[in-house]
Amino acid sequence: MNIPSLFFYLFSAVMIGAAFMVISARNPVHSVLFLILAFFNAAGLFILLGAEFLAMILVVVYVGAVAVLFLFVVMMLDVDFAEFKQGFLQYLPLGATLGVVVLIEIALVVGAWTVGPVSIANVTTPVPPGMTNTMALGRVLYTQYAYLFQAAGLILLTAMIGAIVLTLRHKAGVKRQNVALQNARTPAEAVELRKVASRQGI
Amino acid sequence: MTVSLSQFLITAAILFTLGVAGIILNRKNIIVVLMSVELILLSVNINLVAFSAFLGDLTGQIFALFILTVAAAEAAIGLAILVAYYRNRGSIAVEDINMMKG
Repeated sequence: MNIPSLFFYLFSAVMIGAAFMVISARNPVHSVLFLILAFFNAAGLFILLGAEFLAMILVVVYVGAVAVLFLFVVMMLDVDFAEFKQGFLQYLPLGATLGVVVLIEIALVVGAWTVGPVSIANVTTPVPPGMTNTMALGRVLYTQYAYLFQAAGLILLTAMIGAIVLTLRHKAGVKRQNVALQNARTPAEAVELRKVASRQGI
Repeated sequence: MTVSLSQFLITAAILFTLGVAGIILNRKNIIVVLMSVELILLSVNINLVAFSAFLGDLTGQIFALFILTVAAAEAAIGLAILVAYYRNRGSIAVEDINMMKG
């Protein structure tokens, strides 16, 4: 067995095991941690495929942002997660059946399918030789898919504003800094000078 | 590359199946359901990148990038809705989510 297939089996086995633990772990915190493990192994698979940029983006975006977000929410919500596990055995036959059916369907499709010579000949954006993956992606992303790139940015902006609007709440009785008021203060109104007679006090 | 395309496709198919099964099995716990959706999106990304690598076409990686963007946005919005719902009801049980009586 050579090195690439060894790493392929390592990454895919750990990824599938971690994905199985995500859906079967009792504690959602463990689920999130296994999700992180699955993402790391998927990044390893991407590196095996020669997509280094996407592998790094996967680690940065999923592990750095999405999984940490999940972790925050799981730990922030004070919910008894044990009671959610009540229906697990009840749904197990249905879930297992559906999973097996979907797997068989996908296996049938993948097994009977080959890449046609036309689709190989009609490659729209061939990988340029002698160029790093990041550079090649950038040359396509910022030219051919510039509008889609802008749309992706717009989606992220919408998500950001939506998340802030959904979760922001204004509490009454909280003292906040008023910068305009602070900057408008002058020494004349802020400081009061009094002439105090000696040994008299005010 | 000695690893064939169908091996990657089978790995992604197993991951997809686990995600679908996770949605069915954990349908009381919406956080795990959201995580299962992330697993499904990840398997789609593996498919796209595998085809991109084996066909020598960069478009698959570009679309995987966009799917990554949408998945991040979806996770942020979903968890924000979850937090807002928890503040209103003090629970995140899926059966209780019937306020709109739709």
